[in-house]
Amino acid sequence: MSTTETTESRSRGKAPAGERVADWADGRLGIYGLAKANMRKIFPDHWSFMLGEVCLYSFIIIILTGVYLTLFFHPSMNEVEYHGSYVPLQGQLMSEAFSSTLHISFDVRGGLLIRQIHHWAALVFLAGMFVHMMRVFFTGAFRKPREINWLFGFLLFVLGMFTGFTGYSLPDDLLSGTGVRFMEGAILSVPIVGTYLSFFLFGGEFPGGDFVARFYSVHILLLPGIMLGLVVGHLILVVYHKHTQYAGPGKTNKNVIGMPLMPVYMAKAGGFFFLVFGVIAAISAIATINPIWAMGPYRPDQVSTGAQPDWYMGFSEGLIRVMPGWEINFWGHTLVLGVFIPLMIFPLVLVAIAVYPFIESWVTGDKREHHILDRPRNAPTRTAFGVAWMTWYFVLLIGGGNDLWATHFHLSINAITWFVRIAFFVGPVLAFVITKRICLGLQRRDKDKVLHGRESGIIKRLPHGEFIEVHEPLSQEQLHTLTAHEQYKPAEIGPLVDENGVERKVKGSEKLRVKLSKAYYGEESQIPKPTVEEYKEITSGHGHH
Amino acid sequence: MSSQDIPEENLPAEQDEHGAVSVADEKDPFADPGLPPHEHRIQDVDERAAKRSERTVAMLFTVSMLATVGFIAAYVAIPVDKSVYIFPLGHISALNFALGMTLGVSLFCIGAGAVHWARTLMSDVEVAEERHAVQSPPEVKAKVLADFADGAKESALGRRKLIRNTMFGALALFPLSGVVLLRDLGPLPENKLRHTLWSKGKLLVNMNTNEPLRPSDVAVGSLTFAKPEGLEEHDHDFQTEIAKAALMIVRIQPDNIKDKRELEWSHEGIVAYSKICTHVGCPISLYEQQTHHALCPCHQSTFDLSDGARVIFGPAGHALPQLRIGVNDEGYLEALGDFEEPVGPAFWERG
Repeated sequence: MSTTETTESRSRGKAPAGERVADWADGRLGIYGLAKANMRKIFPDHWSFMLGEVCLYSFIIIILTGVYLTLFFHPSMNEVEYHGSYVPLQGQLMSEAFSSTLHISFDVRGGLLIRQIHHWAALVFLAGMFVHMMRVFFTGAFRKPREINWLFGFLLFVLGMFTGFTGYSLPDDLLSGTGVRFMEGAILSVPIVGTYLSFFLFGGEFPGGDFVARFYSVHILLLPGIMLGLVVGHLILVVYHKHTQYAGPGKTNKNVIGMPLMPVYMAKAGGFFFLVFGVIAAISAIATINPIWAMGPYRPDQVSTGAQPDWYMGFSEGLIRVMPGWEINFWGHTLVLGVFIPLMIFPLVLVAIAVYPFIESWVTGDKREHHILDRPRNAPTRTAFGVAWMTWYFVLLIGGGNDLWATHFHLSINAITWFVRIAFFVGPVLAFVITKRICLGLQRRDKDKVLHGRESGIIKRLPHGEFIEVHEPLSQEQLHTLTAHEQYKPAEIGPLVDENGVERKVKGSEKLRVKLSKAYYGEESQIPKPTVEEYKEITSGHGHH
Repeated sequence: MSSQDIPEENLPAEQDEHGAVSVADEKDPFADPGLPPHEHRIQDVDERAAKRSERTVAMLFTVSMLATVGFIAAYVAIPVDKSVYIFPLGHISALNFALGMTLGVSLFCIGAGAVHWARTLMSDVEVAEERHAVQSPPEVKAKVLADFADGAKESALGRRKLIRNTMFGALALFPLSGVVLLRDLGPLPENKLRHTLWSKGKLLVNMNTNEPLRPSDVAVGSLTFAKPEGLEEHDHDFQTEIAKAALMIVRIQPDNIKDKRELEWSHEGIVAYSKICTHVGCPISLYEQQTHHALCPCHQSTFDLSDGARVIFGPAGHALPQLRIGVNDEGYLEALGDFEEPVGPAFWERG
């Protein structure tokens, strides 16, 4: 039996080498099945879909450069006298962590470049995740079936923040040490266990001799390990769910329109990795980041002015700066509200955006899958909430840099602090109201466009002297695109008495849901989209422009 | 070279359906007209344009190769400590600049080449792929539930409660070992945060000169930082001790001191306060001599050093602890004890 098979295949000539390798792998891994499903997988094209790619690629860059840095970095707080090639610090006492970072920056050829690529890529990674998250949020891409992937992404953002913080704390320079001190002070404010947590984290009193080594294992192993797992899960889910797409001709909730992975997206996405890496390398060539040699080694009794964390920690810095210094002393204990409240609001700010998808799906009660993206204007309440959240975040960022705002714009630091204190409460509300109005305005404009056509800019004079502007009717593609979105109807509580006259009990949560639903989809919150009847009435009427 | 030169037979078919603006569907003008017909790119119809694209891509890949050669050359040729002036960046490390730019160019050109190739030469025909519901069909669900019920039944977990309960107990308890193991991460706080190196008779040593301070060394309006006598930079626990003991000394005209206890604890208007901010522990280092205000540069807590160092602005919750000082027989400033309250950020046990 087997001999006949071999002779048969020989008679057809030997398969090419690539095919034989693939055969070998298929016999062990079943790769043909995998490739059948995925090799020509369709991905839709839109610039905003690249934002997630930027994050993925900068994450890979961070891992590559990070591994290189571990070859030279000594995660030790042993005090040594510096005798390296950076003259201004010679003879100074510093930790080995700091001196090995100087060594990387001044003695290892290309070490400075890799350090700067690592740090720049981290900033790009976090910024990319922020913008990517906002894209997903404002287009409603988080809806079923993608809620879990939203949470994966959210966790990546939060873990990315802490990986960044533990990373920039490693060189043990004056700036990062100040940040670690801030963290220690914040931990101390936790009621009952704060002092213990601080002593366990630092191996005793601050700064002690342990935290660099401890942050090191958290920064290079624990957090990136979890993140790598989440990234893989995130990508598997993207492939499994297939990508979302914007409404348009031919695009439905049941299909995905685009170009195949092989070859188009292999080239585009693969090429984009090199573009991202290339740009970050060029930035690192010309823009110094975290010049620890200019700040010097950490000393708990020294500080520089204008101390700022990396941008993604800025909002927590803002929280702690603008909070009034409330302290309550009772029964021999101190409740450090001035620090503890910001410490608690810090995760709340993040969780507010993380749980939103679940609130929205509860309000709509919609159990269907959604693969067509919303235009932000067509979901005014969601968009307004997102902008309100961003306003909150950016107001806090201003608070985190209140000293820089004061010195750069010659403003009073007290005035800025008071502005942030008030804007923390008022800003999001204003942003919500304004955004909603803008969304409704844009919806009205879309409706106008559909019913009356596009403003052509051509002015026509009628025989009796009247001037009118010529409106051009839209093509069917445009008409479809502008009317493809769904509009929810606000939920009703239903009759409170059933057909037998017995009173029906309505749960409080149901009442709240109906109320929210009215706020979301009531008359005030969306402009009814044009109907076919309206369109026909207007277009058939002669003499109408 | 323009599109007029394109041979007739290569031109795309007339796009009559697409070109029409009038609404095709009389019944539902908003109906989905379906995927628009593919529009050809110049490269699809003109082989010369396609050749140009090919050459562009090849050129980008070649530039990348050259840049990599340049990277290696720079690594070998440029000394690591060479500084160079580059407009408008100023004086920067020559090696860092050369390595970064060559690496950047070599990577960017690979990316640009690949993307240009994909955009101009690979097919840009959009195709549709079906989606399938994520949710499993009911028969699959029924089968899984039945399987699960069988498995659960066979395990007898529901019937043999003793096994179930003890198993949950064992699984719930064993992680405690891991928690216990964390105990030795650090010592217990005890009252360590209440004490510093300061004690009665310790001299105030100038941080900069490493010499004990005399009252005459402290001028009105100046800000001096001091450490306790005996604490040296080379000491093993210097960092941890100075984190609590750091002192700032200012001299204020005694008439200008508003707080009675502050005046009592001072010496000829010289007052000594903890340098560690009571907010989250930054060292306070900005002093305004006219107003006697000390400002923490981290979070802008402002303390009035002429009024018991009370907080007048910012997020700090309480005044800076004052160290009681005097002068010893030899005329040096000395501490008359430790701080009476814990220095630095507040904590639960502070009280």
